[in-house]
Amino acid sequence: MSEALAAIENLTVRFDDRPVVDRVNLSLHRGDIITIIGPNGAGKTTLIKAILGIQAVTDGRIVRAKNLVIGYVPQDLRLESTLPLSVKRFMLLSGQPLAECHSALARTGVSHLIEASVHHLSGGEQQRLLLARALARKPDLLVLDEPAQGVDINGQAALYDLIRQLRDELNCGVIMISHDLHLVMAATDKVICLNQHICCSGSPADISHDPAFIETFGRPVAESLAVYHHNHNHSHDLHGNVVGADHSGSTSDHGECHHEHH
Amino acid sequence: MSIIDTVLNDFFWRALIGGLGVALIAGPLGCFVVWRRMAYFGDTLAHSALLGIALSFLISVPLNLGVIITSVILAIALMLFSRNKTLATDTLLGILAHSALAIGLVALSFMPDVRIDLTGLLFGDLLAMNRNDLLWIYGGAVLILTLLTVLWRGLLMSTIHEELARVEGVPVERLRLLLMLMFALVIAVAMKMVGVLLITALLIIPAATARRLASTPEQMAALAVVFGFIAVVGGLSMSWHLDTPAGPSVVVTAFATFLAVYGSAGRFSTRRSA
Repeated sequence: MSEALAAIENLTVRFDDRPVVDRVNLSLHRGDIITIIGPNGAGKTTLIKAILGIQAVTDGRIVRAKNLVIGYVPQDLRLESTLPLSVKRFMLLSGQPLAECHSALARTGVSHLIEASVHHLSGGEQQRLLLARALARKPDLLVLDEPAQGVDINGQAALYDLIRQLRDELNCGVIMISHDLHLVMAATDKVICLNQHICCSGSPADISHDPAFIETFGRPVAESLAVYHHNHNHSHDLHGNVVGADHSGSTSDHGECHHEHH
Repeated sequence: MSIIDTVLNDFFWRALIGGLGVALIAGPLGCFVVWRRMAYFGDTLAHSALLGIALSFLISVPLNLGVIITSVILAIALMLFSRNKTLATDTLLGILAHSALAIGLVALSFMPDVRIDLTGLLFGDLLAMNRNDLLWIYGGAVLILTLLTVLWRGLLMSTIHEELARVEGVPVERLRLLLMLMFALVIAVAMKMVGVLLITALLIIPAATARRLASTPEQMAALAVVFGFIAVVGGLSMSWHLDTPAGPSVVVTAFATFLAVYGSAGRFSTRRSA
C-alpha cells in the first residue's frame, strides 16, 4: 500500500472534558472509500472536522501527506437569502478557472444550472453543486458529510454511484459520513462504526454480523442488512459492560466498548 | 485651488462631500452586515462609541481615535465572549450595547469641564462637518476600499460557508477580525454624520435596498453605494429646504428609497431576483 493520505493516531477530542472522539486510529489511502456510521452524537462530524483540520484536537495526532488537497462536501449550503449568488460565481470562488468549473459541474450532472441562482436549487442539485466544487480542486482526498441529505431515494443511489466513479477517475481517497445504511453497504469498501471510539470496522459484509454493530443499530437493522449473521459472541448489559464475552476470531477491534445508554 | 477652497469653505458642500464619502464605505460594509446578520453587532459597536468619546476626553486623544479604540476592544471582547456559549449572542450584544451607551453617558456627566453637544453625538451633526472630519472620512475610505478589494474573495467565501472556506485555506478568523476593525473605523467616521443611534441604519438600509435589484454580490455592493448617495443627497436637500435635522433626514430618505424600490420591483418583477 502506498503512503497514507492521512494517518490518524490515537485521536481524542474533548468538549468540556467529555470525550466526543475517543482514541481513534485510522489511515486513509488512495482508492479507499471509508464510510463512518454511528448514532447521533457519536462524534462523526467532529472526527471528519479533525481530519479536515478545522477542529482542535485534544490528544493524538493526524499526519497528512505533503501538499494534500482536500475536497470537502459539507452537509448543506445554508446560504443567507440576502446574498445574491449564481452557481457560476460560487464555482469561480474556488479560485479555479471557468473551464475547470464547467467540467466539474458537467461531471456531477448539473452544468445546465450554471447561470441559476444558488438559492433556487433543489436538495439534490445543491449536493451535486457542492460535490462539483470539491471536484474542481482536483482533490487527493474527498471528505463528505452526509452527502445524500435532502436527496430523494433514487437520487441517493445515483449520488453514491457517482462518488464511486469519481474515486476511480481521480484515484483519490474518500471518507464520508452517512446514515443511509443500505446504500452505504452497497457503495463502500470499509465501514467504521463510531460511537466516540471505533466500535467496529471492516467490510460491509463483515460488519453487519458484528455484535458491536448489532448493539448500536439493533438486530432488525443488522438482520435486514446481512444475509445471515452468527450468534453474536457477547452482549452489553445496561451499563454497557460486556457480558458473556467469548471473543474469538472476529474481524472487529472490539476490545473496550463503553456504550453510553441514555 | 480657489474653487476647491470656496467649496470646502461652504458648510453645505462639506456636509455633502463628507456624506458621500461615508456612503462610499457604508455600502459595501453594509452588505457584509446584512449577509452575516451583524446588524445588532453593528449597533453594539456604535453604542460603544459614546464610551469612546468619554475615553478620548479622559486620556486626551482625538475623538475618532478614542472611538476606534473602544470599538476594537469591544469587538474583541465580543469575539471572546461568544465562544463561551452560556448566553445567547443577542442577549450578550444587548447587554454590552446598552451598558456601553449608559456608561458613556454617565462618564461624560462626570466631566463638567467638557462642553459637548450630546444631541449631535446621538443623532449626528452633518452640517458641522469640518475639514479635519473630511480628512478622516476619505482616509478611512481609501483604507477600507483597498482592504475590501484585496480581501474580497476570502471575505465573500467565509461569509458563504465558513467551514468550506477554512478547508480551502481562507484565514477566516483573521478576516473576521479585519472586518470588525473596518466596522470600528466606519463607525468612528460616520458618527459625525448620523450619530451613534442611526449608524446601523446607514449600513443596512442601502444594502437591503440594493438586494432587491442585484444578482451578484458585487452588484449589490455597488448599488448599495448608489442608494447611499441618493440618501445623502436627498437627506441634505430635505434638511436645506425643510430645515429638518440632517442626520435623521438622510436615514428617512434611505428608508423612503427602500420602500419605493421594494414596492415597485415587487409589482413588475415578482421574485425574479430572489
